Amino acid sequence: MPVAIKAENISKAYQLGEIGTGTISQDLERWFARIRGKEDPFLRIGETNDRTTKGNSDIVWSLKDINFEIEQGDAVGIIGRNGAGKSTLLKILSRVTSPTTGRITGKGRIASLLEVGTGFHPELTGRENIYLNGAILGMRKREIAYKFDEIVDFAGIERYIDTPVKRYSSGMYVRLAFAVAAYLDSEILIVDEVLAVGDAEFQKKCLGKMGEVSKGEGKTVLFVSHNIAAVRKLCSKGIYLVNGEIDLSGNIENILNKYTSKFSSNTSWQGMDGNTEIVIYESIIRPITDIHHTDIEEYWATSNDYEIIVKFEIKEVIREIGIGFNICTEIGDPIVRCFFNDFNDIQTLNVGTYLCKFIIPKYNLANGKYNLIFDISLPSINKINSEKINLAFQLYSKDTKGNRYNAESVATFNSIVRPNWFEDVIAV
Amino acid sequence: MQLPTQAIVENKAINTSEDAESSNFVDHQHEWEINAEHTLFDLKLRDTWEYRDLLWLLVRRDFVSFYKQTILGPIWFFIQPLFTTLIYTFIFGMAGIGTDGIPRPLFYMAGVTAWNYFADCLTKTSTVFRDNANIFGKVYFPRLIMPLSIVISNLVRFGVQFLLFIGMMLYFMLQGATIQPNVYILLFPVLLLLMAALGLGSGMVVSALTTKYRDLAFLITFGVQLLMYASGVIIPLSATPEKYRWLIRANPMTTIIETFRYSFTGQGTFTWEAFAYTTVFTLITLISGIIIFNKVEKTFVDTV
Repeated sequence: MPVAIKAENISKAYQLGEIGTGTISQDLERWFARIRGKEDPFLRIGETNDRTTKGNSDIVWSLKDINFEIEQGDAVGIIGRNGAGKSTLLKILSRVTSPTTGRITGKGRIASLLEVGTGFHPELTGRENIYLNGAILGMRKREIAYKFDEIVDFAGIERYIDTPVKRYSSGMYVRLAFAVAAYLDSEILIVDEVLAVGDAEFQKKCLGKMGEVSKGEGKTVLFVSHNIAAVRKLCSKGIYLVNGEIDLSGNIENILNKYTSKFSSNTSWQGMDGNTEIVIYESIIRPITDIHHTDIEEYWATSNDYEIIVKFEIKEVIREIGIGFNICTEIGDPIVRCFFNDFNDIQTLNVGTYLCKFIIPKYNLANGKYNLIFDISLPSINKINSEKINLAFQLYSKDTKGNRYNAESVATFNSIVRPNWFEDVIAV
Repeated sequence: MQLPTQAIVENKAINTSEDAESSNFVDHQHEWEINAEHTLFDLKLRDTWEYRDLLWLLVRRDFVSFYKQTILGPIWFFIQPLFTTLIYTFIFGMAGIGTDGIPRPLFYMAGVTAWNYFADCLTKTSTVFRDNANIFGKVYFPRLIMPLSIVISNLVRFGVQFLLFIGMMLYFMLQGATIQPNVYILLFPVLLLLMAALGLGSGMVVSALTTKYRDLAFLITFGVQLLMYASGVIIPLSATPEKYRWLIRANPMTTIIETFRYSFTGQGTFTWEAFAYTTVFTLITLISGIIIFNKVEKTFVDTV
């Protein structure tokens, strides 16, 4: 298969912090270095983009030495945690911004969907916006005219076509916007997580259309998404980015396995894991008190309290031990972090076997899938890198409590923590 | 086994004919390159030409969205120059500043019409990166399209104001004022191009300079006003003190406004030397504007 996109040594540096009076001296220094024919003094000291640690310089490499080749007709999923450089890569590929070093060559028209409905004007009608948006995406006027009926049909908004889009519901708006992009005739389609919006039926339609484009029409698709199921369904190959560098590329299954390997799918673990100072024997999360079941088997009800227990043995006296966990979303972004001595003065644990217990009160987390990633740190070595003991659990509301305005139907209600903080409503 | 293969072949045939039809619109084998380095003098004019449909749609958008949900619609285009002219007539009439013998309202109207077009092009172009940051941050198209659409959109407004000026001119002619349109009217299209190019060019220079440091943006409103007083809109070149005349002449807009007035009324100053100076000045501004604009366009998303 011929190569559709070839990237060589792509790097992108960003300046952190605010731009103001402080940065002009840096700019002058860089400019002076450049006219003397020297290397940019600020780019040299750049470091990898690990957002959890504080760096020494203001320049950060969002992408570093990215090399890849994508063959024509491949559907490639680009995955990685938030901040891994996925969006930067897409921005460079869609020519919105320019790389700091390196070059990309390719063949064929690129349609990039970093957002749907770019350039939609609220005062203009659906019809006018189809033309405007199509032209922004790079279509000629007669090309749009030729596909106009199909676009309207795909969006399913025929009745509203001559109404200003400001009167559209958000769903209609997204449908129209995606429809324009879907009919853009290109060799390479780049899609960011635009599918996160819109109702389930339409999402399915969009995924179907993208699959059709890549499999049926032999076009190249680059797809960035946190939705593992969608990536698996759509893509045959993948690029896994970690802190701006390619960790793994190739077959999508291998990549998804690596990406999800730090996540477990069990609610309990037993075994032996640790080192000479501490050994972990057991980790478990389970509902306590009155156990409610939901209609879906593997989901627990949000109306239960849950306990998290870790059983471990201290082999030597350990000072400043940390025992805790992150509750993360399905894709590993932390939501809640909890440590056993955040609210007390426990510093030292003597030799012996312990059970450490945490309780998640009911109605604190909304519906969803969660990963429980333990964080057991010793002062000598930073962390026990034990991925075995990690757990996962899934919650679903049995009734409307904590989920009256449920997250699936309206995107803005999509908060993950949903505690019962309401106190009172009083007539005054 | 024969049958399915047959079906696939047929399917393919249908597909290729469809492809052939749709490939009328695009060049499917177009090779491209994204590079960290760029050549300074690549003006991307061809790329811009490819997107000409977008240009017209943007102009249409500006025009339609301007008077949607207004009752008077395009009439609002009249109000502003009319009021400015009235105010100038009143204030500068009291001050007794000469007008080359042209009826006072007509004198100011001519200046205001021409000046407004240039000033609108300049100020709107100078904020083009900031105003369109969300579009520019999501989709690539030749960025030059945006300032071009501004210049053409303003042309509509200019057209309306120009009609007002012509109307006023006819009125004063019927009143018996000495107004003698002459052969220099033929220069009008050139004047229009010069105004547009000058506004566009200087606006693009400013827009490129303000993406990272916005300080200059504050100077623009003030600077444009200052420039107006040094451009013959209010004080004709013939009435400026000899000592400062070189300064007024150095402003390329002076020649444009004086020529505009001279060609339509027969009063004012016109020399080919000044005209040549303005033309050269404008061309240099425009080309350097495009070069700077294209350079900044590549990474402005990171700093705007």
